Amino acid sequence: MSKAVKQKDAVPAIRLQNITKRFGSVVANDNVSLSVQHGQILSILGENGSGKTTLMNMIAGIYYPDHGQIFVDGKEVVIRSPKDAFQYGIGMIHQHFKLVDVFSATENIVLGLDEKEGFSLKRSAKRIMQISLQYGFDLDPDKKIYEMSVSEKQTVEILKVLYRGADILILDEPTAVLTPQETEKLFAVLRRMRDSGKAIIIITHKLHEVLSLSDQVAVLCKGRYIGTVNTAETNESELTEMMVGKKVSLNIARSEPKDPVDRLVVEGITCRNREGAEMLHDVSFTARSGEILGIAGIAGSGQRELLEAIAGLQHVDGRILYHNPKTGQTDDLRDKTPLQIRELGVRLSFVPEDRLGMGLVGNMDIVDNIMLRSYRKGKGMFLERKNPKSLAEKIIHDLEVVTPSANTPVRRLSGGNVQKVLVGREIAASPTVLMAAYPVRGLDINASFTIYNLLNQQKENGVAVIFVGEDLDVLLELCDRIMVISSGKIAGTVDARTATKEEIGLMMTKNSADHDRAQEGGAEHAAETA
Amino acid sequence: MIWAGFLQRAIMQGIPLLYGSTGEIITEKSGNLNLGIPGIMYVGGISGVIGAFLYEQNTASVNPVLAVLIPLVCSMLGSLLMGLIYSFLTVSLRANQNVTGLALTTFGVGFGNFFGGSLSKLTGSDIPSISLTATSNCFRTSLPFAEKCGWFGQVFLSHSFLAYAAVIIAVVTSLILSRTRVGLHLRAVGENPATADAAGINVGRYKYFATCIGSVIAGLGGLYYVMDYANGVWSNDGFGDRGWLAIALVIFAVWRPNISIFGSILFGGLYIVHNYIPGLDVSGQELFKMLPYVVTILFLVFISMRRKREAQPPAHLGLPYFREER
Repeated sequence: MSKAVKQKDAVPAIRLQNITKRFGSVVANDNVSLSVQHGQILSILGENGSGKTTLMNMIAGIYYPDHGQIFVDGKEVVIRSPKDAFQYGIGMIHQHFKLVDVFSATENIVLGLDEKEGFSLKRSAKRIMQISLQYGFDLDPDKKIYEMSVSEKQTVEILKVLYRGADILILDEPTAVLTPQETEKLFAVLRRMRDSGKAIIIITHKLHEVLSLSDQVAVLCKGRYIGTVNTAETNESELTEMMVGKKVSLNIARSEPKDPVDRLVVEGITCRNREGAEMLHDVSFTARSGEILGIAGIAGSGQRELLEAIAGLQHVDGRILYHNPKTGQTDDLRDKTPLQIRELGVRLSFVPEDRLGMGLVGNMDIVDNIMLRSYRKGKGMFLERKNPKSLAEKIIHDLEVVTPSANTPVRRLSGGNVQKVLVGREIAASPTVLMAAYPVRGLDINASFTIYNLLNQQKENGVAVIFVGEDLDVLLELCDRIMVISSGKIAGTVDARTATKEEIGLMMTKNSADHDRAQEGGAEHAAETA
Repeated sequence: MIWAGFLQRAIMQGIPLLYGSTGEIITEKSGNLNLGIPGIMYVGGISGVIGAFLYEQNTASVNPVLAVLIPLVCSMLGSLLMGLIYSFLTVSLRANQNVTGLALTTFGVGFGNFFGGSLSKLTGSDIPSISLTATSNCFRTSLPFAEKCGWFGQVFLSHSFLAYAAVIIAVVTSLILSRTRVGLHLRAVGENPATADAAGINVGRYKYFATCIGSVIAGLGGLYYVMDYANGVWSNDGFGDRGWLAIALVIFAVWRPNISIFGSILFGGLYIVHNYIPGLDVSGQELFKMLPYVVTILFLVFISMRRKREAQPPAHLGLPYFREER
C-alpha cells in the first residue's frame, strides 16, 4: 500500500494553475496555483472572505473558473458540475450539510445514485459498514438524521463522498461545528484516509488545527495566493503574518473618548444554542460611553449570540447590567424581551448582521420600516404616520439615501442604502448604547465611510458604541478598544491605538488553555483506542 | 345481516376516498399540496360520463369491453389534463400552490356541473341528471361466486374491479414509496428538494410525474363514484364533499397509502353511519356526516402531541423550489 502511495507521489492528485475567478468587479481568486499529492493533507488558510471556499467550489464543480487550469493525476480536466467532479474522484463536504432529515444514514448516502446491482438498502448498509470499519467511523447506518448529533451528520456527509469512490476529499471548515473531542476523532479518521493514499484538502482558519493535522499549508489573503509552506517548517506567527497581510492605512478620523463612563457591564454570560453547544462561555466586558468598542473574531465565534443576548433575543446565564445615565439606576437586562428593555428606559439600538431579515422588512417602504420602532405611538386605533414620514425624509436627505421616494420598498434599494436606512433609524432613536454587527459588509468605500462617520458622531455624543467587524484595518483605525472573541470566549482586549494586526490575528485563531487540554485528552484517548 | 350490509356499503363509500387519498399522497410526497383534488375527482367523473354517454348514444348494442375502456380512458385523460395544469402553474411558473389548487377545485366542480347539465339537456330530461345504466352494469360486474360465500362474499367479494384496483394501487404505491429507488428519490424531493437536486435528481420532473399520476388516480375515484356507487347516475353536485374527505384521509393515514386502505373504510363507515341509526331527523344526519372530519381533527391533535417525525407531512410541502442561482 505505502509503495503505491510513493509511486503516485510524482504526479499530484490535483493541481490548480493560475486560477482566477471574478464576481462582477470583485476578484475572489487571483492567479492561485497549488497542488496536493496522494497521501497528503493540505490546509487552506485564510481569513473570512479570502476566497478559500470559492476556490474549492471550483474544484467541486459549483463554480467555473474564469482563467486557469485544473489537473487531476496530471491530466487537464474540465469540471462543470458536481457530477463531473465525482467522475474525477473529487468529493466535497460542505459546511452546510445537504441531508434529508427523516431519512436514515443509508438512504441519504445512496440518494441520487444509480447502482448497477439494483436497489437494496441492506446491501448498501453493509458496504457503508465496511467503509466505516476501514477508516474508523462510528456510525449506525439505520439511524435517522434527525436523531444525530452534528458530528454524526458530518460523518454521513463524508461517507457519502467515500461511498461514491472519491479519492480527493475537500472539507470546508469541518471543525467549525465540532467539539474538541469530536474534532480529534475526525482528525484521526482523516489521518487514516491520508495513510491509505487519499488526497485531502481542508479549509480552516484555526492555526492549531493546521499545525496538528496538515502536511502543507497554502495561505490565501483577500483572494491572492500568498504561498505554500511545509507545516513542519513553519509556526503560528509566520502563518498569521501571511494570513493577515500588510497593514493598510484608511485614514478614518478618530477622536479621544470624552470622560467615558461605564454604560453596559456584561458579567460572565454563557449561552447555548439549540443543540446544546456552548456558543458563549463566561464572557465579561464593559462598554463605556463616548467610546467605540470593537469586537474582532472569526465569523461564528459567538459575536451574533453576544449582541442578541444584550438586545434581549437570547437566553443566557450571567448578568447584563445597564447604568442608566438619566435616573442613575442600574438594571439587569438578562432574559428581558426587547419591549421590557425599552420600558425600563434603556435606549438600546441594534443594527443586526441580517439587515433584511432582522433589521428591516424588505417588502415594506422606508416609512413603514421606521414605524417598526414607533408603532406603539399614536392615538386610538390608527397609526401615527406623520412623524415617521418626516423622519424618513430626514434620513434620506441627511444620509444621502438613493431612493425614488420614502414609499419605495426597501428591498429595491442597494445594500448601502438599505444599511443607511437601518443605521439612520437606529440612530434617530437617540440611543445610549449602539450595537452594530458588520455594518459595512458589502458596502462600497463611500458608503462605508458614511457609516464610520455616523458611528464616530454617536461616539462624540456620548453613546457607548459596540462595533463588530471583520476587517482588522478598520477595527484598528475606528475603535478605541478591541475585544477579541475566539470560540465563544474572550481571548483578550487590546488598545486599538497601539495594537498590531498580527497580535489580534493570533488572538483570533489561538485556542485558550483549557481548549488545549481537552484536545490533548482527546488525542490520548484516540491513541488508546487505536 | 345488517352489519355485513353496513360494511359492504362502508367499503363502497370508502373506495372513492381511497383513490383520492392515494393520488394526493403521491402528489404530496413530491412536495406539491394539490388542493385541486376535489375538482379533479369531479373532472374524472364527468369525463367518464361524457365518454360513456357518447358511446351509448352512438351504438346499438353495448360491447362490455368498450363500455368500460372508453369511460376509463376519458376519465384518465380528463384528470391528467388537470394534473398538467396544476404542475405547469406551480412547478414551471411557481404559482402559489394553495391558490392554484383551490382554483382547480372551483373549476372542476363547475366543469362537472356544466357538462352534467348540458348532457341532461341533450337527453331532454327536466332534472340535471343522466342515467347510464348499460355502462354502469358493465362496470359493476362482480365475481360470480360472491353470492355463494355468505357474509364474507357480501363484504369482500361483491365489489367491482375498480374497487379492487383501488386497493391494489394503494398497496403498490406503498411498496414503491418505501422499497424502491424511485420512491426514495420522490420522498427526497418532497422533504428537501435542494438536497435532492444536489444529488442529481431532476426535481421538476419528479414533481410533474407525481402530480400527474396522482391526479389520474384521484380522478378514478370520481369515475368509481358515478359508475359503481351511484349506479351510473350522474347528478350535479352529487359527489359532494368527498374530495375534501380524501384530503383529510391523507392526514389520517400519515401519508401512507396502506393505512389509507383501512382509513377509507373507517371514513366510509362514519360517513354513512347515520343511515343505520334509527330515528334520526335530517339535522341529526348532518351532524353524523361531520364525524370523519371530527376524527381527522382529533387525530391531528393526537399526532401533533406525539411529535413523531415520521408522522409529519413532507418538510417542503406547499413550497415552490427555486434552485439557488449564484
